[in-house]
Amino acid sequence: MVPESYYLVLSGIMFAVGVVGVVSRRNALIILMSIEIMLNAVNLAFVAAGSYLGDPAGNVFAFMVMTVAAAEAAVGLAIVIAIFRHRETVDVSELKELKF
Amino acid sequence: MLRILWLVPALPLLGVIINGILALFFERPLLLRKYYEDLEKGVHEEDSHGHGAEDHPLFHHWYRQLVSITGPSVVGAAFFVALVCVLILVKRPPHERVFQLDLFTWIQSGEFRTAFSLYLDPLSSVMILVVTGVGFLIHVYSVGYMAHEKGYARYFVYLNLFTFAMLVLVLASNYLLLFVGWEAVGLCSYLLIGYWYEKKSASDAGKKAFIVNRVGDFGFALGMFLLFWTVGSLNFSEVFPKALEMWEAGTLTPAVATAITLLLFVGATGKSAQIPLYVWLPDAMEGPTPVSALIHAATMVTAGVYMVARSNVLYLMSPTTLTVVAVIGGATALFAATIGVAQNDMKRVLAYSTVSQLGYMFLACGVGAFTAGIFHLMTHAFFKALLFLGSGSVMHALAGELDIRKMGGLKKYMPVTFWTFFLATLAISGIPGFSGFFSKDEILWRAFSSPFGGKVFWLLGTVAAFVTAFYMFRMVFLAFFGETRLSPELKEHVHESPKVMTVPLMILAVLSVVGGFVGIPPILGGSNRFEHFLEPVFEKGAELVPAAPHHFSHSLELGLMVLAVLVAAAGIYLAYHFYMKKPELPGKVAEKYPVLYDVVANKYYVDEIYHAIVVYPVYRFSVFLWEVFDVLVVDGIVNGVGRVLLGTGQAVRRLQTGVVHTYAVSLLIGAVILVGYLIFG
Repeated sequence: MVPESYYLVLSGIMFAVGVVGVVSRRNALIILMSIEIMLNAVNLAFVAAGSYLGDPAGNVFAFMVMTVAAAEAAVGLAIVIAIFRHRETVDVSELKELKF
Repeated sequence: MLRILWLVPALPLLGVIINGILALFFERPLLLRKYYEDLEKGVHEEDSHGHGAEDHPLFHHWYRQLVSITGPSVVGAAFFVALVCVLILVKRPPHERVFQLDLFTWIQSGEFRTAFSLYLDPLSSVMILVVTGVGFLIHVYSVGYMAHEKGYARYFVYLNLFTFAMLVLVLASNYLLLFVGWEAVGLCSYLLIGYWYEKKSASDAGKKAFIVNRVGDFGFALGMFLLFWTVGSLNFSEVFPKALEMWEAGTLTPAVATAITLLLFVGATGKSAQIPLYVWLPDAMEGPTPVSALIHAATMVTAGVYMVARSNVLYLMSPTTLTVVAVIGGATALFAATIGVAQNDMKRVLAYSTVSQLGYMFLACGVGAFTAGIFHLMTHAFFKALLFLGSGSVMHALAGELDIRKMGGLKKYMPVTFWTFFLATLAISGIPGFSGFFSKDEILWRAFSSPFGGKVFWLLGTVAAFVTAFYMFRMVFLAFFGETRLSPELKEHVHESPKVMTVPLMILAVLSVVGGFVGIPPILGGSNRFEHFLEPVFEKGAELVPAAPHHFSHSLELGLMVLAVLVAAAGIYLAYHFYMKKPELPGKVAEKYPVLYDVVANKYYVDEIYHAIVVYPVYRFSVFLWEVFDVLVVDGIVNGVGRVLLGTGQAVRRLQTGVVHTYAVSLLIGAVILVGYLIFG
């Protein structure tokens, strides 16, 4: 049996990778992917905790998150496509009209 | 039957309502129409008397006829009712001649209760007869005098309102209601002085009168509060007996009595134009002449004398106040009379003469001779109203000219005006047989013989009488006698006034001649009915008067009387010598004493001094408040708050970069801090 803490550590590493991706990358698609990684890191933590505590709520939450992630990916990609059609770029650092 | 007393003030009020409706709904639209017509035609009103434009429909509208009837007739009816009431009152025995008519409760608050009630006793009888009687004549005169004015109905609204307010003042049964009338007559005075409001000097004079009166009214109100605080009532029927009781019990100290009476007297100096608050009255001559006659000579300005006489019980408790009243009265009488000597404007001479005569009345009150003061108030109302109306008649004939240096020889052009004016001049100068003689002599004798009086007061009064005779005859000689100095155009224009103006003059002339016969002193074989009539009013106070230190002989009284007549005759002779026999003399005298002449001609520079020590500092202080306090402090705070918020916004808006990464990083930092706090905090 792999100890529970390993799952949590892996989950933490994956989350950190996602955060760094969101903060440091400019490409909107990669940012979206990084967000998926963060969501999946959380999923992992949920499932691990659920099995450790013997509580099915962890698994339920994981499914919930997957549903939200699917919806988010659909909407996010649609926005990215719309932006690309409009601006011919997906570089978020160039999308800064919404400021003072 | 005396219950009809309420009609006396109600009738003028009815006039206010009727004339008010006519003024608002008929006169105003017509005036506005005329204004726009003139504007289209490019016509400018050349003078406020508005000659030449009289073919306009405005001057032929039926509302004018209606106003000419309602305006005077309501006052005439009030006079009739007043006369009936007084006759009923006189039929009662002397000690029951008091009647109080409670109309309704006006203010009720705790123990304090004030009714709107009218109080008729011999003192208010005299006052309502003078106010409605002289007022009626002046209303009639105004019909002729104001016929060419645009604001005809407006004028009568104000004049009726004044009559109403004055009647409330004199019929009030308590100090509070008296104060209401007191303020209301002040308002009407303001409105009528500023009647020609398009003229800057007129509206300024109105404001001056109003503001100067505020100073006095402040004192009056304080006096009233102090009186209520000490005695616990403001009703005449309660306050005087109670004050006497407290006086005997020692709970009302002389110091408090002095404070109350002095404060009330401050109010009287404002309303009755005494030193130091007399300055508004000469300027009040900017109003129409009948207004000067009614308000600023015969009635309103005597309100102070009436109030002091009404409060005689309180005044007699404080010899200090009496001395102050007498000194101010005597000083004003002489001071104002000397100013009158060097004025060339007919109405201004009369204005200073009024101030001076009011001084006489206060001199009388100050020596405890309240009856003599009220007697002079009555005779003065007759002859001074007549003098003013006469000067109005002259002004009417000369198209507004009032400078006596430009008149001369008017006797043959305006015989009625001349004779009536001349009779009034004889009356004011104190020529035996005329009304002014009896009242003035009564005052002088009382000033000499009363326990509160003294030779100084007598001397002040006598010298003032000399100056009065001089300046009055100076005016008569310059205006009516000698060769005419009128300009040729005016000579064509000059005419006797219409009947509607001369008849009131004649009636007033008769009153000026015979008005004194009600008070012939015993020494001349009379019985002084006037004094006996007023006696019940002053009886309570009389108990406070100390016994006369020594008795004066009849021969002394007669001697002083003859002396006063001789003094007046000397004044007349001096005026005759200066202005008839040697007309070059006045100029020479003025040249010889240039400083003295300048000082007197400029009214002792009192207006300038007041301007320097009162008006200018207040003005500078206002400018300081505006430029420093308002602009820097108040505006500074308001603008400062705005500017700080704006600056903060400017600084903070930089945070909104629009770059998604920045937001992501700040989210991250926030999350880290939060998590760190939850874990380690």
